Amino acid sequence: MLRIKEYVKAASLEEAYELNQKRSNRVLGGMLWMRMSDVQVQKAIDLSGLGLDTIEETDTEFIIGAMVTLRELELHSVLNDYFENTIRDAVQDIVGVQFRNLATVGGSVFGRFGFSDVLTVLLSLHTSVELYKGGIVPLEEFAQMKRDNDILVNVRIAKTPGHFAYLTHRNTKTDFPVLAVSASKTGEEIRVAVGARPMKAELFGAGDLSEESAKKLAAQVKTDSNMRASAKFRSHLAEVLITRCFDKIKDVEKEEK
Amino acid sequence: MLISIMLNGKKVVDDISPDMTLFKFLRAHGCYSVKCGCETTNCGLCTVFLDEKPVLSCAVLAARADGHKVETMEGLQKEAEEFGRFIADQGAEQCGFCNPGMIMNAIALFREKEEPTDEEIKQYLAGNLCRCSGYEGQLRGIHAFMEYRKNGGATCGK
Repeated sequence: MLRIKEYVKAASLEEAYELNQKRSNRVLGGMLWMRMSDVQVQKAIDLSGLGLDTIEETDTEFIIGAMVTLRELELHSVLNDYFENTIRDAVQDIVGVQFRNLATVGGSVFGRFGFSDVLTVLLSLHTSVELYKGGIVPLEEFAQMKRDNDILVNVRIAKTPGHFAYLTHRNTKTDFPVLAVSASKTGEEIRVAVGARPMKAELFGAGDLSEESAKKLAAQVKTDSNMRASAKFRSHLAEVLITRCFDKIKDVEKEEK
Repeated sequence: MLISIMLNGKKVVDDISPDMTLFKFLRAHGCYSVKCGCETTNCGLCTVFLDEKPVLSCAVLAARADGHKVETMEGLQKEAEEFGRFIADQGAEQCGFCNPGMIMNAIALFREKEEPTDEEIKQYLAGNLCRCSGYEGQLRGIHAFMEYRKNGGATCGK
């Protein structure tokens, strides 16, 4: 059971940062994963009073506050129009509406969970995170960093026009994904993120959108077995889902011509 | 710590422990429609409205709801009864344990969408698990309710 000795609603990022330097204190996201842990927390630090719950659009990027919920991501029409609904596609099967009304972008990204659809889709876009002390760090770098005591302030997705696709395989509709694939083609750059391998999502590059290239890429994806599926099945899925994502992007390109 | 929640239209002030969940708080204040079915934040049975939005009360700290508005089925009797009748008419559920959570989320759906499609209904209610049925009866009940609502018969979701 999660036990909390004291609840503190941070009045500033500085206060949250100071409190978070103590190992026994923890920052709260949506608390959906944390509530299942069996830990004793001295001070639970709540960021919900810091105005980090907005999605801001500038000429060059979308700035998504750490406390924005997954449901808000799902329903944000400008964001979803821009990225051809991939963000909606990535989050819409995460448990249920009631869950997504609580789960936060900051919690999902900071946790760097293996099962994370959110990390997978954001990796395939040109995303960075803003850390209170660490500044702006590309997401692919942040994903590899060790968990530290910094505060994730927001997630920034650069406006890079292109085409986007997201696909997962799930054993049941609202379960964690067995494998998740997100692909983007912006200009000549092709990015493919593969998540739930079941290790955390990893980013790959591809030269073109051919079946050959999907096959080659899938062979590089390291997978493992757990209660949901075997490594062999996941590797098979990787090839299928990458190929389908590529096909989807090719179809949109064809329509455009 | 002292918190104050606007619960079903009434101000409730209580001294709580910092790790008390909203779920436990609501049960302690007589809202027995709110139940915990899974302990893994998955089943939807503990659904309540926090500032009009459906959430899983088992994963919300009561401390976080301080100063906010919370509604449970106890506060939505009329709407719940109106809608629930159509689910019962279909004999949709066997044990009925999942019913309060499903009704709450269905009310949220109808507040958000006047005429949801089948896909939208399934998508919205996917986080409400029923282990007796295959959801077909519920879907028939929802169709019948929508028909009734279209003919001006319901206040639910309005």
